[in-house]
Amino acid sequence: MQAEETPVVLPDDPTFGTEVQVNYPGYRSTRLRAPDRPLVTMPEELHALQGPVFGEDAVQEADDDLTRQHDGEPLGERIIVTGRVTDEDGHPIRSALIEVWQANSAGRYRHSVEQHPAPLDPNFSGGGRCLTDDEGRYRFVTVKPGSYPWGNHANAWRPAHIHFSVFGRAFTQRLVTQMYFPGDPLFRYDPIFNAVRDPRSRALLVAELDMAVTEPEWALGFRWDIVLGRGGPDTTPLEDA
Amino acid sequence: MRTPSQTVGPFYSIGLCRRTENTLVLPGDPNAVELQGMLLDGEGVPIVDGMIEICDGTRWGRSGTDTEGTFTFLLTKPTAVTGAPHFDVYVFARGLLRHQLTRIYFPDEQQANALDPVFGALEDARRATLVAAGQDGGLRFDIRMQGDRATVFFEH
Repeated sequence: MQAEETPVVLPDDPTFGTEVQVNYPGYRSTRLRAPDRPLVTMPEELHALQGPVFGEDAVQEADDDLTRQHDGEPLGERIIVTGRVTDEDGHPIRSALIEVWQANSAGRYRHSVEQHPAPLDPNFSGGGRCLTDDEGRYRFVTVKPGSYPWGNHANAWRPAHIHFSVFGRAFTQRLVTQMYFPGDPLFRYDPIFNAVRDPRSRALLVAELDMAVTEPEWALGFRWDIVLGRGGPDTTPLEDA
Repeated sequence: MRTPSQTVGPFYSIGLCRRTENTLVLPGDPNAVELQGMLLDGEGVPIVDGMIEICDGTRWGRSGTDTEGTFTFLLTKPTAVTGAPHFDVYVFARGLLRHQLTRIYFPDEQQANALDPVFGALEDARRATLVAAGQDGGLRFDIRMQGDRATVFFEH
């Protein structure tokens, strides 16, 4: 086997803080896609836009239960994933649209460009959405996604993850990220996870097993809170204004 | 501490493109124009697994890129709140660990664009990357991630 030109995973670097290293060399696709010029500073007030507002019609029956979107139940380990969406000051983000997508329990996505020869599950599409409640809480029922190979480097496997997309109140609170499961032995080999160089920040991507969320004789529960950046001046919750 | 960003990956459409959300006008709006563009990597190769979201503070939309790397919106020029009319734009893609922020300005607003506090502060040579071009009665706005003609991206 040929030696790697660059290490797939770089050492921790707490100076990155909450930022992901967008030109992380171990993640090959960044090389032609991450901006190669310095970002231009824009005064904050010039893009303190309201984000899109989604109403109840954004969500349909079974959107938050990925195990009930077909006639039968999907195979795999049934799980509950829940948590709160807040800003950095701890204010709950209400009516935030959360969208999720994931591989099935065999590590296969239902997508036309997916090439991993693992079985599709006729009872699993892998997409869901919900709105947060007044305390910023969300909750999904799904099956635990499998790990899968992805061709980034020799013998590359992604740790199991669920993709999350979140709209805050402000346009600048937009977040797309991935939630991981505690103790995954693939963490140390994954360049996408480790592109978050600060280990404290990286830990925020990992859900916790929570026996209070777990439903006896039914499904394991995982808790994962999401913290968005501060919104602009016009997006402070009314009771705090 | 904020939750850090991770890439949307190649399969985002399972979660994010379940509905058509690239129309920012009401049906039959006589002023509606089609804005189309390509998302291009550092070698000028179309990015076929990207997604674009645009927002003017009132209206929002998104479009995945197709097999040619093309995204499409149906829209009208926004009303300027501060400076020149524009859309704020987020770019997502496999290989982008965090979404990138840029702007679309309009070709028939030269004077307003020059006075716009964000556009006007850019180097002359880079301003053109943020102005849509007229095309077949619609608008064209290509996004280049890298290189001499790279689109301007902003901190956010």
